[in-house]
Amino acid sequence: MLESGIGELLSSCTAEDIREWNRNQKERGLKDKMTTPAAAVEKYVKDGCYLAIGGFGHIRISMPMIYEMVRRKVKHLRVSGHTAVHDLDILIAGDCVDAVDVAYSFGYENRGLSKNGRRAVESGRIRCVEWSNGALSWRLKAAAMGLPFLPSRNLLGSDTFKYSAAKTIECPFTGQKLAALPALMPDVAIIHAHYADKFGNCIIRGTSVKDDDLAKASKRVIVTAEKIVPETFFRENPERTTIPFFCVDAVIEAPYGSHPGNMPFEYYFDEPHIREYLKAGSSDEAVRAYLDKWVYSVKDFEEYLDLVGIKRLHELRRLEELR
Amino acid sequence: MTAYTPIELMACVASHQLEDGKIVGVGTGLPMIAGLLAQKTHAPNLIIFFEAGSMAPIVPTLPISVGDSRCVHKALAATGLAGIMETGQRGMIDYAFLGGAEVDMYGNLNSTVIGDHDNPVTRLPGSGGANDFGSLAWRTIIIARHDKAKLPERVSFITTPGFIDGPGARERAGLPKGTGPYKVITNLALMGFDERTCRMKLLSVHPGITVQQVIENTGFELIVPEQVTTSPEPTDEELRRLKEIDPTGMIIGK
Repeated sequence: MLESGIGELLSSCTAEDIREWNRNQKERGLKDKMTTPAAAVEKYVKDGCYLAIGGFGHIRISMPMIYEMVRRKVKHLRVSGHTAVHDLDILIAGDCVDAVDVAYSFGYENRGLSKNGRRAVESGRIRCVEWSNGALSWRLKAAAMGLPFLPSRNLLGSDTFKYSAAKTIECPFTGQKLAALPALMPDVAIIHAHYADKFGNCIIRGTSVKDDDLAKASKRVIVTAEKIVPETFFRENPERTTIPFFCVDAVIEAPYGSHPGNMPFEYYFDEPHIREYLKAGSSDEAVRAYLDKWVYSVKDFEEYLDLVGIKRLHELRRLEELR
Repeated sequence: MTAYTPIELMACVASHQLEDGKIVGVGTGLPMIAGLLAQKTHAPNLIIFFEAGSMAPIVPTLPISVGDSRCVHKALAATGLAGIMETGQRGMIDYAFLGGAEVDMYGNLNSTVIGDHDNPVTRLPGSGGANDFGSLAWRTIIIARHDKAKLPERVSFITTPGFIDGPGARERAGLPKGTGPYKVITNLALMGFDERTCRMKLLSVHPGITVQQVIENTGFELIVPEQVTTSPEPTDEELRRLKEIDPTGMIIGK
């Protein structure tokens, strides 16, 4: 007896959908894709779209794009929560989110749970479909491979499976029972990289988490980067390209773009800032005051960095280097 | 003997369960501490995997996240979630070390929700990598707080499958053969699993704790063998190493 999870499939695609999209919608040529967060949100992030964020929830996250979505009051997003932490929580604070494919969400790892995220789920504001980090990664991998699903050996026998939108299948060769994970093709991916050129070639240092597959799987990919480098940077070291240009639709220069998150090899977490946010999570009013101070009252990410202050940013670099 | 806290004791007992020369995938919190302590004591060649993709790092100071830069410090490979879980799926991860809000008599683990899924009393973060690690690693070690509510007969939500509902259930569900929960470490005792029934079994009580206390604080009928030993107290060396690993008490001080 083969089984089906009862969870809602928040985003679905067929193998033909993936090919059609890539044939008709994706730019192939080397084109200058430099833009701003405001223009990128305006052009690509529509109300109700399915969003996936690169990095690891509070590590290598694209805060200029996240703050801009909050500032522009993007609504009804469905979000992939393959370890979502501060990225998702800020979008929830801004009332941008309706539903989450949860692997890890509403928590801040060693710091504990997020009161703001929990309240949103416990009050019924946000619907949750359950997955695991492996499952969401393989769902993206399926789409990156141009396949409608991937078989796997996780989720089986659990309530995580029951509340997912996965199914079980039998191996056509051996009869072994397997989970079938449907391909995930996000409408928009936002990825923060260490280096990018104007065409969208990217280098990510440290763990990629799932961002190579995420870039291949998503309909639109917006990259923010700590540093914009010339094309020769890639031509001289092509084996180091994490994401090739043809996956990417927009490129934004964003030094300190992961603040208050960690950017491996660049700067560590701004813990006092994250504590301030978690403390504000105790009430909707305090969350609103936090957003007023850090998002609504500043024009853009540069003004936000001015508010953080250069002294603090330098300190975060020293912390990262264990000095 | 230096004084120690229940958390320090749990971390030490947990670290003893890990073997040198094996691969362990560790979750956030105490599992991370236990893995690092094992490396600094009896298992210098223990290979740690962090789910965000880091393989065999030399962790310089306690990470806040399993994906932060401390976890990739001097690593031998930086891959991704798929890189780690595919390594587990092909049978290369010996131990998974996980925490959870609830664990039941068959070692099923809940880290998703207390109450009804769609109308929850308490929403927890969900599986993260726990379901993957617990499905795919050969042996799963669990760390939990010990009281009747946290060790119920059935968890309210199986985030990560243990032996599900008894012998053969994992294989029937399609999970890899020969895998499953191995040890449970709480603030009161160390437990394992009975081979025949797959039910949780008391192995040792922590110093100063009686078997009766463990039974009274467990929400199901725990198998109590005739011989129950006492867990070793942390050594001065272990306590010193724990202070090195977590100098600010981020986890140990909780």
